[in-house]
Amino acid sequence: MKVTVHVRRRADIADPQGTTVERALRDLGYEHVDKVRINRTIELEVRGTDPSAVATEVHAMCERLLANPVMEDFEVVIG
Amino acid sequence: MKAAVVVFPGTNCEHDAVYALASVGVEAELVWHRQTDLSAFAGVVLPGGFAHGDYLRTGAIARFSPVMTEVERMAAAGAPVLGICNGFQILCEAGLLPGVLLQNAGLRFICRPVHVRVTSTDSILTRAARIGQVLQIPLNSYEGNYTAAPGTFAEMQSSDRIVLRYCDATGAVTGEANPNGSLGDTAGISNQSGNVAGLMPHPERAVESVLGSSDGRVLLESFAMSMSAADA
Repeated sequence: MKVTVHVRRRADIADPQGTTVERALRDLGYEHVDKVRINRTIELEVRGTDPSAVATEVHAMCERLLANPVMEDFEVVIG
Repeated sequence: MKAAVVVFPGTNCEHDAVYALASVGVEAELVWHRQTDLSAFAGVVLPGGFAHGDYLRTGAIARFSPVMTEVERMAAAGAPVLGICNGFQILCEAGLLPGVLLQNAGLRFICRPVHVRVTSTDSILTRAARIGQVLQIPLNSYEGNYTAAPGTFAEMQSSDRIVLRYCDATGAVTGEANPNGSLGDTAGISNQSGNVAGLMPHPERAVESVLGSSDGRVLLESFAMSMSAADA
């Protein structure tokens, strides 16, 4: 089963990469660009047939390893 | 008893750490990250480098290395546990220290001497120092920008857990002397009981005047004092 995990830096945590890219876009003339954030997408293939069990398991993976709750939120998308 | 200097794949400051610890009278031994028994050691140092390539996040993979179960056990037992640079990042990921290290505010890898001010002496990293002491120590990192949840940080401040802060050469903590954007100019912290500490600058690279500074010694001497206390 294909699973996609979106790991996003929490809104209250600074994202220096996003800020830098935003500045560069504005330097290129895209001055109407705001709130650029650089996030991470992790794709997994998980052997399993029950989507809700897989989602629960991947949720646990996020809490243990794939995301750091101090600075990141995550979203698990099945399929 | 000896101190363990843990080597993860990608660690690169382990020999400096052993050498510097020896210079303050601590016998230290390199320990591979797959080691599962540290009972022969009275303290642990997690040195700098790029453990497991810093993949995913700094320290994220390293915190699950087999040796970390023992490091957690020793930390809970009150033994001195020190993380330097990448080692600090690992201790944060492992939850042995609060907070996290983000990329430097300017997105530049910083490699230069910085000044830090001792702001608490109630830790294995600073007990031999005095409050207000100014140390010049090299900083060598890309992810050195310390942050923590506001509530957590307020609690750390009120309980004196910020042990080192970036300052200018005169010791003034101005914010302008902050090289990486860290919250509250934080350079080093400890846990609540003071036996687990981490800092971004490298005291082991400042132990002899020929290296440009010997200011790191007092921090390692603090660790040495804590080792003897743990032995007793």
